[in-house]
Amino acid sequence: MSAVVMAWSIGMAQILLALAMACAAFRLLRGPRAQDRIIGLDTLYVNAMLLLLTSGIRSGRTLYFETVLIISLLGFVGTVALAKFLMRGEVIE
Amino acid sequence: MTTAGELPDWAAVLTAMFLLVGAAVTLTGSLGLLRLRTFYERVHAPTLGTTLGTGCILLASIVYFSAQQTVPALHEFLIAVFATATTPVTLMVLVRAALFRDRSEKADRVPGQEAP
Repeated sequence: MSAVVMAWSIGMAQILLALAMACAAFRLLRGPRAQDRIIGLDTLYVNAMLLLLTSGIRSGRTLYFETVLIISLLGFVGTVALAKFLMRGEVIE
Repeated sequence: MTTAGELPDWAAVLTAMFLLVGAAVTLTGSLGLLRLRTFYERVHAPTLGTTLGTGCILLASIVYFSAQQTVPALHEFLIAVFATATTPVTLMVLVRAALFRDRSEKADRVPGQEAP
């Protein structure tokens, strides 16, 4: 019983997260201004992080946690650098 | 899905519930990002996914791996602390940049300005 419940719920959660990634990607491609694209990119990486977490639960391995940590670190740095570029016109002053 | 057969039923049900709630909340936030009209409304929506969605899915992961007795739940807390610490910083820097751009272009309907 538990295997059926787990398989069904993980598949459903992955479908929902993929739809959320599609929404964020649409905003990234379509966004009228640069700040809309940046917030779309931020949402896209957070959703990809959650999708990788559910993949980690599906596989039952702990290897995915390092990947999730690296994605969250690099996504944070990337978003802050892009926002700083919008504000000042250069990233490193 | 090789080891899920050994999982007790309560852990499977709890994990499934947290997973579905987290994914649904994240999808709601991303739909808000898609559908709201101005940038200053849109910037609020994805924080649903970064706070409650991430929290629920990390809780599901903690329950699953603790019930399986393979790892202590240390990694998940690390991710939760990091996500909680970085999300407000990101959004505040981004909104400041957007406000700066809008004010320097003298756009109308910028928040914080009185209507003439």
